[in-house]
Amino acid sequence: MLLVAYRRQTESMTITTTDSGAGPASTHGPLAVDLAGIRKNFGHVQAVRGIDLQLRSGEIVAILGPNGAGKTSTIDIILGLSQPSSGTVSVLGMHPRQAISRGLISAVMQTGGLLKDLTVRETVEYTASLFAHSQPVQEVLSGAGITEVADRRVGKCSGGEQQRLRFALALLSNPELLVLDEPTTGMDVEGRRSFWSAIRKDAEQGRTVLFATHYLEEADAYADRIVLLRHGVMVADGTAAEIKAMAAGRTVRATLPGASEIMLTGLPGAEQVEIRGDTVLVHSNDSDATARYLLTQTAARDLEITARGIEEAFLALTGDETDAGTGALATGAQT
Amino acid sequence: MTAPLSAIAPDLAARRAPALGGFNLTALKLEVRRLLRNRRTVIIAIVAPVVLFLLFGLNKAYVHQPAGPGAHGNISAFVMVSLAVYGAVVATTFAGAMVSIERAQGWSRQLRLTPLSPVAYIAMKIMTALVLGACSVAATFVVGALSDKPSMSTGLWIASGLSVWIGSLLFAAFGLFLGYLLPAENVMQLIGLILAALSFAGGLFIPVSQFAAGVRDVAKWTPMYGLNQLVHTPLLGNGVDWTWVVNVLAWLIIFSAGAAWRMRKDTARV
Repeated sequence: MLLVAYRRQTESMTITTTDSGAGPASTHGPLAVDLAGIRKNFGHVQAVRGIDLQLRSGEIVAILGPNGAGKTSTIDIILGLSQPSSGTVSVLGMHPRQAISRGLISAVMQTGGLLKDLTVRETVEYTASLFAHSQPVQEVLSGAGITEVADRRVGKCSGGEQQRLRFALALLSNPELLVLDEPTTGMDVEGRRSFWSAIRKDAEQGRTVLFATHYLEEADAYADRIVLLRHGVMVADGTAAEIKAMAAGRTVRATLPGASEIMLTGLPGAEQVEIRGDTVLVHSNDSDATARYLLTQTAARDLEITARGIEEAFLALTGDETDAGTGALATGAQT
Repeated sequence: MTAPLSAIAPDLAARRAPALGGFNLTALKLEVRRLLRNRRTVIIAIVAPVVLFLLFGLNKAYVHQPAGPGAHGNISAFVMVSLAVYGAVVATTFAGAMVSIERAQGWSRQLRLTPLSPVAYIAMKIMTALVLGACSVAATFVVGALSDKPSMSTGLWIASGLSVWIGSLLFAAFGLFLGYLLPAENVMQLIGLILAALSFAGGLFIPVSQFAAGVRDVAKWTPMYGLNQLVHTPLLGNGVDWTWVVNVLAWLIIFSAGAAWRMRKDTARV
């Protein structure tokens, strides 16, 4: 119920604080990705409607959004697989195709992309042969844990083995930018965890990682920075904590017998209040001030402050309503 | 966890694109190995022409007669060359059409994330097709030689074999065109039918001169006719008709342009 009330207010937020991203980013050298005013139309459909995005080297960034938000179109433009209808794109200071031909970008796609009638080893050898420099085939096979299936036809490999093969292919050229499009679709929890621990370990060496996902927890747990897309525009850009805060603030819950709605609405930071018997819930954009006031100026006790889950933040930010709210939250959330 | 960009920056400068747009012999070898691994392709492109030669090229009733007035060889040699054309054409078309399977499995998209240039890719596809075409021609000619029935001079063996092989390039372009045009994974069955029809129309199995007049006029415009006439020219010693050359060149242009057009479409679609 609270969520619905807040969704209206978050509608007007279009926060593109590109310098607010956290993470092990460096400020020297060319940006790993630099998108300026990117638009992409398919006939009358506007898949991407003006995206500006800068990724610095070493960042792990998640692109999050519902289906049709423009995630894949944006990724295809970064990979040089499609041309933007307008706007400019540069990867590591060059055109995406140039970066691809130098082995600087790799991508792991969700499905497909493998020839069933080649063996695992042949697939790696074939791909390795196309680069000016590549890691030794044997090393890549063992690094991806597919040495024991190296002589098996790709078509006979399990989904997990195929995904490890795709990952191995992506690392062959030692890319600076690794792009993952829904990389863990169809993996079990354990597979997902080991996949991400491999990615994190890999990123520690300075590789930039950009991944699209609709698993919210995945973005929350593994990305330094989350970019939220809706209807082809960026609706938020920041750390998981910032996104949660900007979408929902925090809820202060306390036991306060005899509280009135009028009194609660007057609390510092309060935006939405709810009374359930002796329990009060105050949704606040400044939970510290709300809590301080409640504890020092009223008889409130058993006080609890909770952040909204990323799932709710995501829903709030990407919800489908199009009316413009007052934007009261946005001022508090902008960092 | 600070990114060692100082270590990356010189690395960036050191990165090169591969020579020849990524064309290389390792990939070519794997392409050929993969093609030869496909049992159906090998049977239709290599085994079938040999079997047909054994059926039709050894019949004592006619094979020792000269292939025509003033011909430099016998009917057995004529049949062998016809079947070599058939085999080479099937081989190169199938090899070219493999791109449809690669598209269906997403491999072409994967390749676009590597330095391999479209030109290098097509060059590798054409060479792979020519390797299979050469295997097919060689198989038919070797069985022909072992049977000891085809009779023509050594020079004619070489001239006929080479002209069949080089001429089959036309159908590598045809295969690529179909491979980019047809989406389905069962494109191969369809191509088998198309090739059988074109082989009949082109006079590979029955000379076009034996067709009814109206049919004959149409047959002369089909893509296998010019090639079939040209490759038999050394053996028949009957001189080259310029319409055969026009036929081959026109179809080569049509197939190449079609393949390039579809390939560009395919690239833009993603």
